[in-house]
This record gives sequence, structure tokens and C-alpha cells, in this order.
Amino acid sequence: MLTLSHFLVLGAILFAISVLGIFLNRKNLIVLLMAIELMLLAVNMNFIAFSHYMQDLAGQLAVFFILVVAAAESAIGLAILVVLFRNLRTIHVDDLDSLKG
Amino acid sequence: MLTNFVIPDLLPAAPELFILAMACVILIVDLFVKSKARTLTFALTQLTLVGCAAITYMTSTGEITYTFSNMFVDDLMADLLKLFLDLTVIVVLFYARGYIAERVSMAKGEFYVLVLLATLGMMVMISANHLLTLYLGLEMMSLSVYAMVALNRDSTQATEAAMKYFVLGALASGLLLYGISMVYGATGTLEITQVAQALAQGAVNKTILVFGLVFLVAGIAFKLGVVPFHMWIPDVYHGAPTPVTLFIASAPKLAAFAMVIRLLVNGLFFLAPDWQQMLMILAVLSMAIGNLAAIAQTNIKRMLAYSAISHMGFMLLGMVSGVVGGDARFALNAYSSSMFYMVAYVITSVAGFGMILLLARAGFEADSLDDFKGLNKRSPWFASMMMVVMLSMAGIPFFVGFFAKFAVLQAVVAAGYMWLAIAAVLFSLIGAFYYLRVVKLMYFDAPLDETPIAAGFDTKLLLSANGLAVALLGLFPQTLMYLCAVALVRSL
Repeated sequence: MLTLSHFLVLGAILFAISVLGIFLNRKNLIVLLMAIELMLLAVNMNFIAFSHYMQDLAGQLAVFFILVVAAAESAIGLAILVVLFRNLRTIHVDDLDSLKG
Repeated sequence: MLTNFVIPDLLPAAPELFILAMACVILIVDLFVKSKARTLTFALTQLTLVGCAAITYMTSTGEITYTFSNMFVDDLMADLLKLFLDLTVIVVLFYARGYIAERVSMAKGEFYVLVLLATLGMMVMISANHLLTLYLGLEMMSLSVYAMVALNRDSTQATEAAMKYFVLGALASGLLLYGISMVYGATGTLEITQVAQALAQGAVNKTILVFGLVFLVAGIAFKLGVVPFHMWIPDVYHGAPTPVTLFIASAPKLAAFAMVIRLLVNGLFFLAPDWQQMLMILAVLSMAIGNLAAIAQTNIKRMLAYSAISHMGFMLLGMVSGVVGGDARFALNAYSSSMFYMVAYVITSVAGFGMILLLARAGFEADSLDDFKGLNKRSPWFASMMMVVMLSMAGIPFFVGFFAKFAVLQAVVAAGYMWLAIAAVLFSLIGAFYYLRVVKLMYFDAPLDETPIAAGFDTKLLLSANGLAVALLGLFPQTLMYLCAVALVRSL
């Protein structure tokens, strides 16, 4: 029998993976965008689990809004990535080092 | 099926609806604007903001009104913050105009539309009574601002700053959202007033709630830009085109303050002892690291970025002093001191970044500290204005920054955190060093270039008014303080 805590642990693991993905990833900016997407999906997992076990619709509605925002966010993120690639000719995270101090 | 569908009362949200409609209109009108200077787009944007302020003022009842199924709230604090917000954005656009018109890659109508949409997002944040509304407002603001930072697309620095801002901003939203999901799980509702009710009745899982609170505070700290979530601030302030820096450094701070009030005070006031401790650590670290790192900077935008970090830390001191040992007597006083600090900081910071824009001209950014050398010889009037701004930021009497610091410190002392007040004063003292260095550069060093200041008449006039406002509000701070206090008394 799956309980609420199973889903919450899954959500927490996904969330942790995505945060680690943002901080440990030194290679590719696209992986970073994927980590951000995963983070929002982890939150969605939480919302759906709570919503289901509390028999409350608000959580599932929230998921729709979050999905839409996530789509808009990746659109902006990819647009910035394209502009950055035009200027730098690279999408290595380590090459983003012109601003320091 | 839709038997219980009721058309919501639209009046409390009239300013938002107006600005949304006008943003769409301006987006289309701008297609037909031929001139490089985008005068029509600019004028329409400014009219929109003026109209929005007027509507906010006229529809303000002073009562707490909920609409859109309690997802949206209109109270005096919201009205006041929206008025300040509109005013700030109007001033920002006047300062920004010359800079933008001179640069081909930025002279686009999108800038004005993005400013309006970001303003709309902030207004939604200010009026949010639902965690989802708050999140949507926040994202609306953030997404517009990411695009604005990257607007100068040929600049490596600007695009790099945009990428960093985007990644860290998205991380912050993710953290905030995770916290929201936990609050939802613990209280069973997303409505902020109902969250507060559920907490007051005690029928909540406190472990989940405090776990979620940590994420909420981390998300808020990211958006405010306080240590240890400040990494994006210096890079974005430095890399973004100066008008965008000016915008990021001013208006979103007001929205972030509203977010703190809505989430922590309106929603989770019951947990004040928990979040106060978290904010206290953030505040002390911000004041320490912000002030110390600012000393080492040679770029004035970067210096002001670190100064912003320290100011946000100082502002948080007021939020920390609300509840002492279960006694919330001083809460309103403490929060209104924070609000006053925020407003005072925004007024001062707009003038500070405006000064960089004043000195900038086509092909010259004026963002190095050396560019301020000998300003007194080039323009004694604006050198004195910059001095007023710097002294106010340092908290020297009798400028508005002094009374802001004084009010917050009073709240801190009333709450009995003597050591916190002493630490705050010591860090401000360290901060005074780099503000006074700017004054020294302006008055005692030889100018590097003698070119007369080329900015337009409106910028000069407005910047003078802004500088004088910093000075006059320092002499007569009571009105603004009173407004902040009344707004919070009538709204909480």
C-alpha cells in the first residue's frame, strides 16, 4: 500500500537531485535547465500527493498553473541560452566567468 | 454545471486590469512606431503608470477587500505599496530613456512592455492572498526581468548575467514552491488567511510546516538577495544594462517586502519565533558580508549591489523584532519601521543608479568608481546630489537613510536585542567607509574627463528632485513614517 509519505519521499528525492544538479553540474547549461524543470516537477509530485490524500482539489489546480509557468520559464531560459551561445560560442558552465568580484 | 459561478468584483483589481490591458495595447501600438526614440511607446507607458497610480488612489477604500474567491486582497498596505511602485517605475523610466535611445540594441519597444508586465507581476504579488497568486505574480515579475537583463543581446556580460539570474531565480522559485507545497500539506489550504486560521486553531502538522517554512524563507531570501542567497545580486547588477539594474534595484524590493508581509506575517505569523530566528541569521550575515565585500569593489554598480545586500539585511532587522517571547505588542511598530526602511532605501537607490545614468552617454557606461572622480569640478550641483545619496545610504543624519536606520534600530532595541543593534551600528560604520570614498573621489580627485554632462533636461530635473527628496525626507520623515504605520495598522 502506497502511503502519503512514499510520495513525499519521492518528491524530496527528485527535489534533491535537481538541486544537486544545479550546484554540481559544471558542464552543460542545458542540463541545468533540465534540473530546473525536474525541480518544478518534484514540487508537482508533492502537490498531487497532498491533494489526493486530503481529497482537496486546490493542489491539483496548482499543478496546472505550475506546469504552465514551467513551460514559460523554459522558453525564457532557452532563449537566454541561445543569445549566450551566440556571444560566447560555448554553453559550458565554467565559461560563464566574465563577472567576478 | 456553472451554477455557483459568480462574476468576481473587479474593482479592487482595477489597477492591475488597467495595466494589463494597456501593456497589450502598447505592444501592438509599438509595431507601428517608426521613430528610433520610441517617443509614443514611452509616453503611453508613462501615461499607463500615471493612470494606474490614479486608479489605485481612487479605488482605495482603506478597508480590507477580498475578491476573486479570496485569492486577491486590496488593503491600505497594498495601495500604498502600489503607489510607491508606480512612482518608482515612472522615475526609473525617465532616467532610463536617454540611455536606451542612444543604444541601438536596446532602443526597442519591448523594454517598455516588459517594464509594464514586471510591474503588473509586482502588483499581483503585493495583493496576493493566495499562495498561487503570490507565485504567479512572482514569476510574472521574474520572467519579465530575466528578459530585460538579456535585452542587450550583443553584450557578453549582459547575457551572462541574464543566465546566472535565470538559473538562480528559477532555483529560488523552486525552493519557494517546495515550501508552499509543504504549507499546503500541513494546513490543507493555499489561501493565506485560511493558512493563518488553520495555524491559530492548531490543527496542523507542525513538523511539515516548519520544514516547509525553511524553504519559504530560503525562497524569500533569494528574492530579497540576502546572504547566503545573494550570489546573483552583484553579477546581475554589474552585468545588466544600467537602466535594467536601476529597475531591479528599486521596484522589486517593494514587492519583495510585500511578499515577506503576506507570507510570513499574514500567513505564518503563528510561527514568528521560528522565522524570526532564521531571518536574524540572514540579517547579520548580510550586513557583515555586504558591507565588507563592498569595500573591495571598483565598479560602482557592483559596490551598490553589495550595499543593497547590506541594506536588505538591515531591513530584515525590523521583521526580526516583531514578537518577543510570545508578546506581539511591538509587531506593528517593527514591521512599519521595516516598510519605512524599504521605501527610504528605494528612493535613495533610484537616485544613486540614476546618477550613473546621468553620467553615461553613447559608448560610455560611467559605471566605474573612477568615473566619479572630480565630479564636483564638472557639475557641483550633481556632485552634491550624489553626496546626499551616499550620506543617506551611510545613515548619516539628517538624511532619510538615517531615520530609516533609526526607526529599525528603535524596534530592535524595544524587542530587547541589544547585541543586534550594536552589531548593526558597527556594520553600518564599516559601510560608511565606501560611501564616503565616493564623496572623496568626487570632491578631492582630479576628473578623468572634463566632458560636460549630456543628459536631457527631464533627467536632470527629476534627479535633482529625487536628491532633494532624500534630503527633505530626512528633515521631515514623519509623514512617510506615519503613512507606513497607518497602512500596516489598517491592513494586518
